[in-house]
Amino acid sequence: MASAEGSLLVMKGIKKSFSNNHVLKGIDFEVKPGEVHVLLGENGAGKSTLIKILTGAYQKDEGEIYWEGQPVQISSPLDAMQLGIATIYQELNVIPELKVYENIFLGREIKGNGKFSFINHKQMKESAKQFLQMLGQDPAIAEQPLGYLGIGQQQLVEIAKALTLDAKLIIMDEPTASLSQSEVEQLYKTVEQLKEKGIAIIFISHRLEEIKRIGDRITILRDGFKIDTLPVKTTSTDHWIELMVGRTLEEKYPKQTFTLGEEGFRVEDLKVSGFKEPVSFSIRRGEIVGISGLVGAGRTELARAIFGADKKEKGKIYVDGKLVDIKSPRDAISAGIAFITEDRKSEGLLLDQPLYMNIVLANMDNFRKKSKLIDLKKIKQGAMDYVKELKIRPGNIELNARKLSGGNQQKVVIAKWLCTKAKVFIFDEPTRGIDVGAKVEVYRLMNQLVENGAIVLMISSDLPEILGMCDRVLVMSEGKITADFPINEASQEKIMKAATGGSN
Amino acid sequence: MRELAVNSSETNVEKKSVKHYLSKFGALIGLIILCTVLTILSDKFLTINNIMNIARQSSINALLALGMLLPILTAGIDLSVGSILAISIMLMGIVSVNMGMHPILGILVCLLVGCFFGWLNGILLTKLKLPHPFISTLGTMNIARGLALIVTAAAPIAGFPYLIQFLGREFVGPIPVSFLLVIVMYIIFHIFLTRTKTGRYIYAIGGNKEAAHLSGINVDRVLVIVYTISGFMASLAGLVMVGRVNSAFPLAGLSYELDAIAAVIIGGASFFGGVGTVWGTLIGALIIAVLRNGLNLLNVSADFQMAVIGFVIIAAVYVDVIRQRKSKKD
Repeated sequence: MASAEGSLLVMKGIKKSFSNNHVLKGIDFEVKPGEVHVLLGENGAGKSTLIKILTGAYQKDEGEIYWEGQPVQISSPLDAMQLGIATIYQELNVIPELKVYENIFLGREIKGNGKFSFINHKQMKESAKQFLQMLGQDPAIAEQPLGYLGIGQQQLVEIAKALTLDAKLIIMDEPTASLSQSEVEQLYKTVEQLKEKGIAIIFISHRLEEIKRIGDRITILRDGFKIDTLPVKTTSTDHWIELMVGRTLEEKYPKQTFTLGEEGFRVEDLKVSGFKEPVSFSIRRGEIVGISGLVGAGRTELARAIFGADKKEKGKIYVDGKLVDIKSPRDAISAGIAFITEDRKSEGLLLDQPLYMNIVLANMDNFRKKSKLIDLKKIKQGAMDYVKELKIRPGNIELNARKLSGGNQQKVVIAKWLCTKAKVFIFDEPTRGIDVGAKVEVYRLMNQLVENGAIVLMISSDLPEILGMCDRVLVMSEGKITADFPINEASQEKIMKAATGGSN
Repeated sequence: MRELAVNSSETNVEKKSVKHYLSKFGALIGLIILCTVLTILSDKFLTINNIMNIARQSSINALLALGMLLPILTAGIDLSVGSILAISIMLMGIVSVNMGMHPILGILVCLLVGCFFGWLNGILLTKLKLPHPFISTLGTMNIARGLALIVTAAAPIAGFPYLIQFLGREFVGPIPVSFLLVIVMYIIFHIFLTRTKTGRYIYAIGGNKEAAHLSGINVDRVLVIVYTISGFMASLAGLVMVGRVNSAFPLAGLSYELDAIAAVIIGGASFFGGVGTVWGTLIGALIIAVLRNGLNLLNVSADFQMAVIGFVIIAAVYVDVIRQRKSKKD
């Protein structure tokens, strides 16, 4: 494969370590023009390090990089940009207050020839409009502040920016993670367009269905090694998972069925501002109920209102048949409700505090002595129990939460709620951005919760996950529940229909 | 506990290196180096008399800084402490000198006024939802200073009773009572911040306000407590000051908030909240006091002292920035 004919990019024998930690152990990687090349691997496999070397954020220790057949040195992000490598990051690098065209030309404003010439806004606007049109966008958005656009459109703006840079290779790091279904479709279309122009794409994703749909080739990394590069169409997702985790995973969705018990949780006539009509549903012991729907359908708003994080206009909530009055998260916690939020970094964790503080945060009352002072010894012991129970790695409770991988961070958030002895668990996108192995662990945990008599409500945009793990699925659309299927009557098509507003 | 220790050392891959201790005790090492240099440069520096002098000189700023640590831990700031100090002691003067009431009542008035203005800061921030405590405390800073000038038409008040002067004036053996007060307050705050629920919540709010809220913490309540305590500490520092100079004047404590902020930052607290300790703050306050004292002994003018302290702030924070950059890369 050495400097293969017609390759756009060839990376050979790339090694990289941080102090004593060997992250990349000699990776070969090759990208052809006009292909969508997927990088797959568990968190910590080396994907992001490899990408950072390619974009000039990190320097490789060993190995060679060839660009269009020529050996190149990429020592800074500027080098990468000049070669024609652009990156669309998971967290977008945009300035919401600036207008779209200003974002597109940020740092490369078009000016007159003189040293002190003013910026030529007109030319920038026109050029931005052209590129936006090329991506099937309304050119008028060029003059709107970027923050007014949805995440999906913001991403397209980033892609437009890459096009103005004459990029030949665009790296997309989990671009669909925070997009709604229709935005995802738009992105897929854009990817097709880029391919037609001969632009290559490195696509990082954990969503196997999506890889199947848009990928051409897939390179699987594990523990800093390249395991294999395969054509996407002729290989199975199960095979990829095997290669990725290094063992056979019995099942992606370890669904267990329990006998249905009495009703444990009920929401009655709950209305949040912006909801078209009040929402009611109930959950019985022994079942996992999913809430599906598009981004913006009101799912997170519903969960936040139940939990007291946002105000509700009206509505009653019953836990174990008892009416509970919830005005704040504190009320919800004392009523036995837990809320595992969508964004663990900004809403779930204290990143710069040790695991033990993160784990006991919502239930510190339980760890106080008679003197009301907190009992650090008891806290650490309690935290250690959860770390062991949930197999959080590394299992050092003194470590700051920032140091953990996404999957383990998610387990820390779950541990926090186990620690409150909650009876009702609301999961909001519980497996977003975590790898396949960790996902299965999260699912097993849900099973365990249900087995122990807890109520589990899972909001998810991942349809296979809903179909694989839930017993019943509620579908929301524009602030109301449009369908309620037992899982054996549900299908992706039916859910999508209900989610896009089609009546049941 | 034993088992726990074994467990954590087993899984802890990082070895506690020299670098680790250097970064953890950076400010302390800075203080030691500073003292060593001054000992060499001036034979007057390392004497009991001078050390006690430093202790006395540092106490007002040490108390203000201790109060300031709390808002900074929540990713906030309190610009009003210097002004709160002034209004507290002016009202104490009116009650106990001009009106001749019992000194204990005067002290109570002083501390309550501090608490009140601190509480007001908290309310402005949490109930009026002003966007940043910089704004609410900038407002109260001006209000309190204005009131301090108004209440006596800018006239100073002198001749305080002994009981009020006690904290700032007396010694136990060679040790100034004000410094003993500092030590006691620092110990109390250490226990408060590390061993009480509210204390841990302060760190949690500074670390991630939204996560704290969603973990059932009453963020607004904690913030009001934080600013109230900061105001209380300002008035306590004022009490010490009155003892030192035996008078209260409306411009007392002018721009003291800046030295307090400097001490907290030099002591390693993060301006973005969630990180910082009382002992770091104490060392920060001592570094400033030792610098001032040392430069005085070396006959460096006050103008130069200011510039030097400016350099120290920048250097101390820069060291911290480098350290954090390193820890993020590893």
